[in-house]
Amino acid sequence: MSAVSSQRKSTGLVIASTAFVILWLVIASFPFLWTVWGSFKVESDFFSRADWTNAIGGVRTQIETGGAFTLNGYRGAWIQEEFWRAALNTMIVVVSTVVISLTLGTLGGYALARSGFRYAFWLLMLALVFRAMPHITLVSGYLLPFFEWNLWGHLPTTIIVLVAINQPFTLWMLHSFFLNIPKELDESAMVDGCNRFEAFWRVIVPVMWPGVITTGLFSFLLAYNDFTVTALLLNSENQTMVPKIVSFLGSTFEAGNVMFAVAAVVSAVIPLLILILFFQRQIVSGLTAGAVKG
Amino acid sequence: MPHRTFFWFILPSLLAMVLFILAPIVSVVVQSLHQQHEQVLIEVENQGPFGTTISTVVDQEATQALREAEPLGRFVGLAVYTDRAHLAFEEIGSAWSTTDSIGDFVSRLMNLPFYRALIFTLAYVAVVTPLTIVLGLVIALGVNGLPGFLKGPTIFLSLLPMIVTPIVGGLVLYWMLDANGVLGQTLQDLSGNPNLSLKASTTLTWVTLFIYGVWSSAPFAFVIYYAGLQSVPEETLEAAMIDGATRWERIRYVVIPHLAPLTVFIALIQLMDNFRVFEPIIAFNAEANASSLSVNIFSDLRGDIALFNSAAATSVLTIIGVCILLTPVLIRTWRDFNSKGGH
Repeated sequence: MSAVSSQRKSTGLVIASTAFVILWLVIASFPFLWTVWGSFKVESDFFSRADWTNAIGGVRTQIETGGAFTLNGYRGAWIQEEFWRAALNTMIVVVSTVVISLTLGTLGGYALARSGFRYAFWLLMLALVFRAMPHITLVSGYLLPFFEWNLWGHLPTTIIVLVAINQPFTLWMLHSFFLNIPKELDESAMVDGCNRFEAFWRVIVPVMWPGVITTGLFSFLLAYNDFTVTALLLNSENQTMVPKIVSFLGSTFEAGNVMFAVAAVVSAVIPLLILILFFQRQIVSGLTAGAVKG
Repeated sequence: MPHRTFFWFILPSLLAMVLFILAPIVSVVVQSLHQQHEQVLIEVENQGPFGTTISTVVDQEATQALREAEPLGRFVGLAVYTDRAHLAFEEIGSAWSTTDSIGDFVSRLMNLPFYRALIFTLAYVAVVTPLTIVLGLVIALGVNGLPGFLKGPTIFLSLLPMIVTPIVGGLVLYWMLDANGVLGQTLQDLSGNPNLSLKASTTLTWVTLFIYGVWSSAPFAFVIYYAGLQSVPEETLEAAMIDGATRWERIRYVVIPHLAPLTVFIALIQLMDNFRVFEPIIAFNAEANASSLSVNIFSDLRGDIALFNSAAATSVLTIIGVCILLTPVLIRTWRDFNSKGGH
């Protein structure tokens, strides 16, 4: 808001609103700080029966391991339970999903932005309806045929499914980015003798990267954060990180160590932190691009 | 763009959506109309000391073979929809005629898996959506008043609950709320009840899930509103001030109307996302006290024997729910489109 209006704010209001923002920041970030800190403790500190302050000082951790911090949780998760395998699978699934979704999405989004016929509008509406379908209802449709055709359990199947689920959103987003690139650009290339695809390849592709990167971030998040598809379509050897974390919880009673899951959770959050750190502006602009133009 | 070029450009994307979104929808409809084959019974003659008796036993081999040959099962029409695990017409009828009060009737409903899930799902949508919008708006107004250099870090921290994997965010809160976790213990101290456990009570579980829902989606509403606030018309604000509008009146009559279209957008996205609430219930291990339509489908598919037909029927009912939710939006878009006269 304008400088004029901020001058007239009363001190009470400034204090109240700042206090509220600080409170919100604590609510938003404290759970993560707490978990990161606690992941270096032993279970009897993180889930202390006696006193929750043990989780800060690490009283039991001192007694059990000899230091205030321990890497036992990480060692157990990454080495003993082979979380690295899940991390590797996640990387394969996420990278392939992002690359394929963007390839299909740029072609489709470009066509939708340049078509100008009525059916392009209806395809976008159809994509909106598809976007609203709960993923689990789709998975329930896949399972039986996938079992029958022996497609179940493999990474490529999951990748293709994630790509397809991602398409409605990718199409919408890239379509609105392409609308912002002036039509004259590719039309003049076509006047100069390019066909449509050459015009797309030589003129549009070089200028489309900001939009593609923003869309790619959201494809990344969808694939990385997915639980529904990966939990139901992958067998235990091919598991990605999120279903693996959930399976830790199922087996904690036998292993007696919920700290594996805590360490795995922290490990899974770190790539996301890095992502926000570098791409905060693109994430914010991507979220709002949908609101303003969609 | 000529139809032909358009077709080739859109083909890969369209093919992916048709094969993996449209086809599965058809697949769940087909599956939901079938039921697994019944066990094959055979009559066996037993030569006993008191003569021959004939008994009926299950032919395991034949059953197995039949089920493997036709995994889809036999066609049963709408029988799966009306059974106890889904719409349960019979049970509803008897509950309606035998209970005296609405309260009794609702508690009978809560014993039927489909209605239990539906009630939670609708409650989640109805509670979380408006609270998310309000909280997001208040945060956006607060952050907008901060000095410039603080805005970046504030947005960074605010994005966390939304960006992290829902399962992970849920687990992080769940561990803190555990009876031995930091928040769980604080709550026990505050309430003076050392046995207080969020897991034990249905009401508390629901409240926890609602809180998780608002916590994880408020950043989305915040970001959208924050961007909207950057484009509030200055002239209108100044004019309102000259006319003597108080700060609150300026927010009420200038800022909020300016943000109204964004509210529609946030509400639409939130309705769609909240209706498929799933991960938090898994993360909070709360299936005993709360289940949603998605959770019902998941547990049908994940059980010892996957109940494909039952999961499919719930899926179809969920899809119908989504369509009902989307109808107003689609009608509105259709009207807008027609009033513009199309392209």
